[in-house]
Amino acid sequence: MSGYLLRRFLGAIVVMWAVATLVFFMLRAVPGDPIGAMLFDVGDAQAIADLKAKLGLDQPVYVQYVKWFWLMLQGDLGNSIYGSRIEVSRIVLEALPRTLSLAFLSFVIAVAIAVPAGLISAIRKHSALDHAVTIFAFLGLAMPDFWLGIMLIIVFAANLHWLPAIGYTPLSEGFWPWFSHLILPSIAVGTPFAAIIARMIRSSMLEVLKTDYMNVARAKGLKKLRIILVHAFPNALIPVVTVMGIAVALLMAGAVVVENVFAIKGLGRVLIEGILNRDYPVVQGAILAVSAIFVFANLAVDMLYTVIDPRIRYES
Amino acid sequence: MSNIAHSQRADDGAQDEVRRPSGLRLWAGYLRRDKKALFGTIVLGALIFGAVFAPWISPYDPNAMDFMMMEGPSLSHPLGIDDLGRDLFSRLLHGTQISLFVGISTVLLGMIAGVTLGVMAGYFGGWVDTIIMRYVDLQWAFPNFIIAVYLVAVFGTGLTNVIVAISLAYIDDFARIARGMVLTIKEEQYVDAARTLGASDSRIMWRHILPNAMAPIIVQATVSVSYAILAEAGLSFLGLGVQSDTPTWGLILADARSFISRAWWLGVFPGLFIMLTVLSINFIGDALRDVFDVREVTDVD
Repeated sequence: MSGYLLRRFLGAIVVMWAVATLVFFMLRAVPGDPIGAMLFDVGDAQAIADLKAKLGLDQPVYVQYVKWFWLMLQGDLGNSIYGSRIEVSRIVLEALPRTLSLAFLSFVIAVAIAVPAGLISAIRKHSALDHAVTIFAFLGLAMPDFWLGIMLIIVFAANLHWLPAIGYTPLSEGFWPWFSHLILPSIAVGTPFAAIIARMIRSSMLEVLKTDYMNVARAKGLKKLRIILVHAFPNALIPVVTVMGIAVALLMAGAVVVENVFAIKGLGRVLIEGILNRDYPVVQGAILAVSAIFVFANLAVDMLYTVIDPRIRYES
Repeated sequence: MSNIAHSQRADDGAQDEVRRPSGLRLWAGYLRRDKKALFGTIVLGALIFGAVFAPWISPYDPNAMDFMMMEGPSLSHPLGIDDLGRDLFSRLLHGTQISLFVGISTVLLGMIAGVTLGVMAGYFGGWVDTIIMRYVDLQWAFPNFIIAVYLVAVFGTGLTNVIVAISLAYIDDFARIARGMVLTIKEEQYVDAARTLGASDSRIMWRHILPNAMAPIIVQATVSVSYAILAEAGLSFLGLGVQSDTPTWGLILADARSFISRAWWLGVFPGLFIMLTVLSINFIGDALRDVFDVREVTDVD
């Protein structure tokens, strides 16, 4: 099994390298000179040429690539070319905990909604509760997450004044300030995720409840709750974990947009501001960081899979 | 729909004379049994009607400003007025045009590119397959929306670039499904028969294999339209999409953000339009999956 995990880990590194390379060359090799267009605001042709020379953009692309890659391995992602010229690695490191906090809390909220909802609708199939869960799932998938964020701000921040509308407070300044700022954005990010998971749990529970070993468990006279939680649910989780990778994609994409609604300066906000400011080193850095989270979250899902389903042993 | 009938016919080609019910009639029959599909068809029909005839049926010019600003819903302005005195309903109606256009055109482009790659990968195998699928797998590992955001960063904002970005982000979905279908169909006898008769590779791929691989591709395309509409709204909302004057749903929401505490309708209605559109397309997609008897699209490997 450790051989498998090692191979998966190396695979993840190769994917990261491929992404970094693609990101690098797309900004430079696409016709129309995207970086040139980004530097357009700097001033006249001479000013642009000077800046390009200073940034090393006048050198051949492969020289730039090797240099860039070498620096990146040392954690140097270059400097922002907009405003304060701050180091990109610093911007990314400051943004990272915000995005991770948001994604983590969204995950927790989504699972907390989806697991009971999916279980109830599978056990009480075709009941009013089941229909309610189905409707919730359809609406959750159809609702734009940023719009849900705005609605939550209107209701819980602007009108009821229960929670802060925007911003972020680090965990180091106390649990409640951190948590209260993240509740609304996490609900916005987590809702579509909850919708998918709830539907998955429902259908895979229904499959499991039909199996023979369920009948055996019932025939043994086990308590219903025990049958469902101990015998059925863990088996029903396996297909759910398989789609976790796709779900993580959803969480990251959701966080990128929703951070912008709640003015949380996480990776998503950094990425979008970078694009709007035509700040290509920041764009590169942010997209690499988002990709890294994504690739390693997928790796983690794979490992979780082996834990949850003991039948799977990755021997070659 | 005709493709399913076609694939059944392929088995016993002698019965070419058998009349098959038209796709529309099949669908109408299905709607009687499936309330969600009925809802989806009606709502989407109304939205398409509204989009096509927006210039004639919208009560006001979507960009006409007025001194009467920030008024809530009323008889003369059913969905209210925005901060510049523009009628929200007229703006949303014109936004429907753009959303549906982007949704359909991006999926068509992404489908053509993705299916072409997928069919070639599946049919030729070998190094063609390896090269194409290495790229597709790489893209598959990333959320479509993030890819679209990055592509907009590379190409720049604006309607055309957004369409190109979202379509490229969809290539992997279609390529994987098309390849999977081709791998199965390639082994069918009628493909061998066609080859024996001297049909060229391209004729076999596009005339014999592709039509029989269309069912899951159509289902995926339907679902993708709703994701593309959400993606366009998201990009516009972030300021990466269509610029300024054009009334797109995402942009109307972005503009409304500063006023939502005073004018709830500016925040609520654009989102409801998006939600209704996506919901009705998803309902239709589920129904198509049922009709075509396609397994969950994500299962296709």
